[in-house]
Parts: sequence; C-alpha cells; structure tokens
Amino acid sequence: MAEIEAVDVTRSYRMDGVSVDALRGVSLTIEEGDYAAIIGPSGSGKSTLMHLLGCLDRPTTGTLLVGGRDVGTLDDSELAELRNQTIGFVFQSFQLLARTTALDNVALPLVYRGVRRAERRKRAAEALDAVNLGHRVGHKPTQMSGGEQQRVAIARALVGEPSVLLADEPTGNLDTVNGDEVMGILERLNKERGVAVVLVTHEADIAARARRIIRVRDGLIEAVAEAPEPS
Amino acid sequence: MRVTESFRVAFDALRANRLRSLLTMLGVVIGVAAVVVLVAIGGGAKQLVTSEVEGLGSNIVFVVPGKFQIGTTPAVSRLQLSDADYLNRVLGRPDAVAVDLTSAEDLRAGTNTYYASVQGTTSNVVDVFDRPLAEGRYVSKADIATARRVIVLGPDAAAALFPNTDPIGRQVSMSGVEFRVIGLFQAKGGAFGVSPDTEVHIPVTAAQRLFGMDNISGFAVKADTPGDVDAVGAKLVDALKQKYQGDEFTAVSQTEILGTIGKILSMLTLVLAAIAGISLLVGGVGVSNIMLVSVRERTKEIGLRKALGARQRDVLSQFLLEAVMLTSIGGVIGIGLGIGASVTLSAFTPLPAVLAWWSIVLAFGVSVAVGVFFGVMPARRAGRLDPVVALRTE
Repeated sequence: MAEIEAVDVTRSYRMDGVSVDALRGVSLTIEEGDYAAIIGPSGSGKSTLMHLLGCLDRPTTGTLLVGGRDVGTLDDSELAELRNQTIGFVFQSFQLLARTTALDNVALPLVYRGVRRAERRKRAAEALDAVNLGHRVGHKPTQMSGGEQQRVAIARALVGEPSVLLADEPTGNLDTVNGDEVMGILERLNKERGVAVVLVTHEADIAARARRIIRVRDGLIEAVAEAPEPS
Repeated sequence: MRVTESFRVAFDALRANRLRSLLTMLGVVIGVAAVVVLVAIGGGAKQLVTSEVEGLGSNIVFVVPGKFQIGTTPAVSRLQLSDADYLNRVLGRPDAVAVDLTSAEDLRAGTNTYYASVQGTTSNVVDVFDRPLAEGRYVSKADIATARRVIVLGPDAAAALFPNTDPIGRQVSMSGVEFRVIGLFQAKGGAFGVSPDTEVHIPVTAAQRLFGMDNISGFAVKADTPGDVDAVGAKLVDALKQKYQGDEFTAVSQTEILGTIGKILSMLTLVLAAIAGISLLVGGVGVSNIMLVSVRERTKEIGLRKALGARQRDVLSQFLLEAVMLTSIGGVIGIGLGIGASVTLSAFTPLPAVLAWWSIVLAFGVSVAVGVFFGVMPARRAGRLDPVVALRTE
C-alpha cells in the first residue's frame, strides 16, 4: 500500500477576496520506503503540496489518502491524530522549543499520543542515539550548533515511528558539512528503517540525492525524474 | 495529553516569564486580599455590636407606645407609672416591670458639667438590666414614693463631674435642682459612642417633676428565658391595648434590635466585598490581556505543537490551565495577605477583624473562575490557530 496517494488534488485560497489556485491538479504517490524530492521555484506550490502531504491542510478538490485515510473527510482532531501517527516533520528552522531540553523536545510528539513520561523519555533517548546525539540529551537548543539542532529535530520526527519523514528545506539553514551530515542521517534512516523520506527543497544538489525528483511549477507537476539506482 | 503533563507545561510557561506572571497575578492578589480583609472587618464590626447589645441582656423585652421601628421617633406616650403595677399583676410577678422615662440634661457639680442621658427609673432596674453598683446604693422604693432627689452615676459621668473626689454624698444639679449622689455603677463598656457608662439614674417620680411630665416612656421586663421573650411581650401589649382602647403598643426584644443591626452590617459587609470583587474583575481583565499577548508570542510554538499532533483542545487546555494557574496562585497569595492583614488589624486596632471561612473559600473560588472566564477567549484563539499559518509566523 502506498503511504501517500494524491489524485488530482487542487488547493485554492481566497486572499483579499481573490481566489488563488496554489495547486491545480496534482497526482502523485509516495510508496513505502520511498525517497523523493519535491523541487520548484518559490511560488510554485511546493509548500502547499508539502502541507497537504503532511496533513496540515485539506485539499480543495481531489482525493488525498495518507496512511490509507482520506484527508478531505477528516476533522481537525482526526487530522492531528493522523499527523501524530504517520508523519514526522523536519523544518528548515528546526522549530525546537528553546527552553526545553533536547530530550523533552524529542519526546513532544509522544505527549500528544498519551505516552507515559518515563516511556516517552526512554524512547526519546533512543531516538537521540539514532542521530548520534545520545550525549546531548540534557542540553537546550541554545547550547547546540545548527547541525545538532537539526539532528534533534530529526530525532523528534523519528520518535513516533512515522511511516513518512517530511523534510522542508532540511539543510537550508546549515553549512555544507552539517548539511551533509543531516542528509546522511535521513538517508540512513530511509535505508535502515524503511521510512519514506520526502524532501522539499530548491537546492538541486540536495534533490539530486533522492531516488525520485518531482518538479513542481505553477501548481502542477511538471516532471518526475527517476534517478539511477546508486551503486 | 495527560493532565499532569498539561500542568507541567503551564507551570513552565509561567516560570519562563516570572516577572510578567507576578505582575499579572498582582491584580488578582489585591482583589482577593481586599475581599478577605473587608469581609473580616465587616464581620468584626458585627460581632462587636452583637456582643454590646447582648451585654444589655438578651431576655429583656421593651414595651413602648405606638408602632415602634428602629430609627423612628417614639409616639407620644399616655403610659402612667401606675401601669407598672397593673402589668406586674398581669404577669403575676411583683416587681417584674421596670419603668423608663429618659431625657438628656446638663449636669453640674461645682465648675464641672456633663451632658447625660438622665433616666427616671424604678428600684428594680438594676435587676432587670443587670447593673451592679460599684459603690453606694441604688434608687429605693422609698425614694420613688417620696420623689427624693437622689442620683446614681455611671462611671463616665462620675469621672467628668467629680474627677478628684469621691462623689458619694455630693450634690449634682440639673436645671437648678440639687440631687444627692447615692451610688455609682460598675463600668460596663460600650462601642460606637453608645455606652451605659454615660447614664445617670434618678427616681422616676423625681424625673417626672424635673422634666415636667406626668407620663412615662415605656416599660422593660426581663423574661425567664430568651424563648419567653415574645410571649411576655405579647401579653404586655395585649394588656395595655385593653386598658388604652384604640392605642397601639409594641414589644421590642433585644434579638429584634440585634437582628436589625445585624442585617445592616451584613449588607455593609456585602457591599464592601462587592467593591473588592470589582478589583478582582479588573485583575481578570489583566490576565486576559496578558494571555492574548502570550498566545501571539507563542504562535510558532502553537503551530509546531499542532504539527506534531496537538489537537485544538490540547492547545486550548494548555492556555486555559495557564490562566487558571495564574489566578489561583494569585488567589492563594491574596488569601495569605488578607489573613495577615486581618490578624494585624485585630492586633493593632480596636476593631476585631473576624476571618470568615466563606469569604476565603469564595475568594479562591472566584479567582479560579476569573481564570477560566478570562482565559477562555485567549485559549480558544490559540486552539483555533491554523498550523500552516502559525508555523509561517516569524
């Protein structure tokens, strides 16, 4: 079963009384263990697409199935639950709670799943280990480098064992070395755990690492390029 | 989200902005403290007055002509001194009925003067009103029979007229008529400018002559028990109505006076508490304001929490709990301050502040309610934020 399946999805907004069509009919499938990059210039609709794939938003028309559930028919609470269960978010600006330790930041998705504190912390520690930050559990984001912060964010995305990691410009705020490390971790998780990774980026060299590149322009999918299997 | 987790998150948020939280709380603290203190003062005043009036004797019933109400001028009396004997016969108790005829007069002894309530009385007044003497003797039956010009002084009157000498046997003049001091009352104390210690008593017959009256103001009877008061009063009123056809008489008991005063003071206490309550309300508006600022500041955090799976009600309850915590902590501090201020007032002023448990419970309840009421709007706003928009906020 496909993790995410979009069929002829559109999304329009009303801005100051004017209707804006951000997506004009997009169909795509994210398979289990997929590794895809969505690229496109700003204003192309790739952010809107990411919000839809991440269940932060509902399509105006068309069908969007995430984890087998029709996003368009779910209410806010059900959508929140679906996000919590199936999607792990990695943001360009990390989005960590500043006054909270790495461990508690990572444990946050489990809070909304009703997991007990002791269990949360145990699983958060494991997730931090998986991104090689086992030694930084008690540190706060302000005490960490950008690369470390993004690894904490990856651990947080990972802790709920989602089937899809949705990474929005994950290396946008990082230098090349840290960016490489973060990409390496995402790819390792994809390979070892079989979690589907969807990158949203405008950097061609980052996108080139994915197995599939989905090029978005003017609210439509312009092209899908299959990368050659890496040797 | 688990409840304990919600508490932890709310507490952390308050701690992160310590100064702001404290200042926001201040409005609630002041409001709650004011409610507790003002109610305590009102209660203290009530207790003070109650004990004063009770000191007069709770078994006593007064019978006066006309329809008597506190605050109205008594009706012109047709009652005679001989009616006392008639009422004694009605009750079947000799000497049960005390007589009263009161007028304010200037007293003079040498160069000292004193303006006092002069009461024309019968010999049984000391027993009915429980007024022990410190010295000398009280008005006797013989004094009344012969309208003898003798006088018994309350301690305040004695101190004013005879500051340096023993008053017994000395002369006091009223309207040029000389009275000989035969006794002194023991001090009883009083409040609000009304004290039996300022009274002076003379034989009722002498009073009638002095005031130029042939009637008396009313009667006072001591019932055996507080429960008998109403029955005794009714009996006396009936007897007097029979004798003076067409006239109205009223029996007033100590408890009725007490009840009226108590009602006035309770009302006053409520008004004070309500005024203090308004400041609590103002404090609540402050909480609402700060919570709105807090929601705006933390829009990104709200967006993130929602992206990670927080539902609308998770976010709502987080912010609501924060507001309620703010006001209930403020409430507890305010109660502490209020108790402290009440105790201090009792210790250093003559007014005994009496803490009322209901006011403490009410003040705390209201401060929690203020948190809910004024927290709900900002919390709903937080809960309804669109995660996409919230995450984009810089």
